[in-house]
Amino acid sequence: MAQVTLINVKKIYPGGVEAVKGVSFDIPDGGFCVLVGPSGCGKSTLLRMVAGLETISAGEVSIGTRIVNEIGPADRDIAMVFQNYALYPHMSVYENMSYGLRNRGTPKDEIDARVKEAARILAIENLLERRPRQLSGGQRQRVAMGRAIVRKPQVFLFDEPLSNLDAKLRVQMRVEIKKLQRALGVTAIYVTHDQVEAMTLSDKLVVMNGGQVEQIGLPSEVYKKPASKFVATFIGSPPMNILPGTIDGPGIVALGDAILEARDLREDLAVQTPVEIGLRPEDVEIASEGQAGSLPFDVEFIEELGATQLFHGQLAGLPFVMQAATDVVAAQAGRIWITVDPDRVHVFDTVTGARLGHV
Amino acid sequence: MVEDRRFGDFIAYVILSIGVLIVAFPVWLTFVASTWDAATIINGKLPLYPGPYFFENYNRILFIGTSSTTREPVLGMMLNSFVMAMAIALGKIFISVLSAYAVVYYRFPFRMAAFWIIFVTLMLPVEVRIFPTFKVVSDLRMLDTYQGLAVPLIASATGTLLFRQFFMTIPDELLEASRIDGAGPFRFFKDTVVPLSITTIAALFVIQFIYGWNQYLWPLLVTTKDSMQTIVIAIKKMIVTSDALTEWQLAMATAMLAMLPPVLVVILMQRLFVKGLVETEK
Repeated sequence: MAQVTLINVKKIYPGGVEAVKGVSFDIPDGGFCVLVGPSGCGKSTLLRMVAGLETISAGEVSIGTRIVNEIGPADRDIAMVFQNYALYPHMSVYENMSYGLRNRGTPKDEIDARVKEAARILAIENLLERRPRQLSGGQRQRVAMGRAIVRKPQVFLFDEPLSNLDAKLRVQMRVEIKKLQRALGVTAIYVTHDQVEAMTLSDKLVVMNGGQVEQIGLPSEVYKKPASKFVATFIGSPPMNILPGTIDGPGIVALGDAILEARDLREDLAVQTPVEIGLRPEDVEIASEGQAGSLPFDVEFIEELGATQLFHGQLAGLPFVMQAATDVVAAQAGRIWITVDPDRVHVFDTVTGARLGHV
Repeated sequence: MVEDRRFGDFIAYVILSIGVLIVAFPVWLTFVASTWDAATIINGKLPLYPGPYFFENYNRILFIGTSSTTREPVLGMMLNSFVMAMAIALGKIFISVLSAYAVVYYRFPFRMAAFWIIFVTLMLPVEVRIFPTFKVVSDLRMLDTYQGLAVPLIASATGTLLFRQFFMTIPDELLEASRIDGAGPFRFFKDTVVPLSITTIAALFVIQFIYGWNQYLWPLLVTTKDSMQTIVIAIKKMIVTSDALTEWQLAMATAMLAMLPPVLVVILMQRLFVKGLVETEK
């Protein structure tokens, strides 16, 4: 168990392509860090550099007190779970789990004890003699986890481990991974493009885009105060509505003819500065007509999701989505009035996309 | 509908049976000829059923030899052929697996150049380079030796290509998992690549064993001693074109014996083949 520190880590490929453009953060001992971002954002490359599968072009990666830049993957005291599990197809589950220990010359009885223990934790004791191809996706996933556990590593690395599972199993395994990591207290780095996994698993969320870190923080922080328009639209489902507006005064933005109060907004911005206003579909509430600060929303159609419903339509002439409880009855088409809590109005720079909030 | 299917099956079986007969008849005729005496064959009235000379003919050809041309017993020739075929098959598998492993998994300078050099040798089979090859073998004093028979035929690109294609289908994650599991290049080769290639190795073995066993031109050139002859050459030599009498029953027995090892190899390896086709372990 150890803390992981990245200092200005870069990956530059021989062609000159910069896949990771200087990333720094640290994960405390026992922390669960999730790297999330769209495909090609460099999150997997970063993970693979921590694993030692990719060379580090610049910067420093340390695990515990050791700088591991020049240390091979086998000696970094890490274990990795791959997207396609990467189980050795010709070995039994037992052999798969014990292979790393056998290569290290661990005594036989200890290997046996560790494999049995891991199998018990993961409830795969009855599968030890099987071959990977005789297992279901979820079972393979468990074996891959088992292979990581038996090593008793300082860090677990997960490279999109759940993306090959069906939706139901994914939720179940997500909970199990979190429980297991808590129980073992091992530091974990988890790469995913799924923002639900990112939110639920992490206690440190790193949102990446284009090889750079967009925001680092607790998942709730990232959700409540997205540092940029990119983070705002990437985290949250359905995604945040982004509407063009202007500054209308300190803490006030104008959206078409309507005016919105935004509590987290810098005061030093000149009136009429164009900005982008972000409103989460789930933060929008229905108001009565003419209520102070309410906005007109023309509903065009309604999607029933079971627990909630989504109203799609136009706000100030722009596409807009809001989430409403199922007991809210609205005409399939027609105008309704909505309000948003001033604490939940996000304002972003039109050019850089950065949040224009208090520091 | 049921009627129709039965009729279709019947037709299919008739066609298949005709095919089997066409393939099996010459083999049967050869076998029958090998169990009669020379006189029966010569007078042109060979029966279609086996005769009484089975043990006599096979005993003579295996341990004594024919009376006119190749006086060596065929058993020794079978041994020669077997050694040559095994050396070619195993040697080829050995160098192909290693060279393909190097080409696929190592990043060394001129890697692709090395691969292409191996690749173009496909255009240079033994028949094309026979004179220079003979010169090299003779200068190395390898005429009339097992090395001389096998080594020049080991060097070819087919195996390397076959394994290269197979290795490229092994997911990179397996290599990465091995690296994290502390397996170096040799361990990865031994513990993962070779076990996964077993069916490919078996396939190549069968092909190369039969290729080696059936060699005619090359052994004809490099062997001059009777004791180094291979069985395929012996068959040819037994069929005399001059005024001497061909001992057809012995030539036929030799042909039967020459056929046995390749057939055995196919039968024994068939299980692995089928396994390789049914289970895609990857």
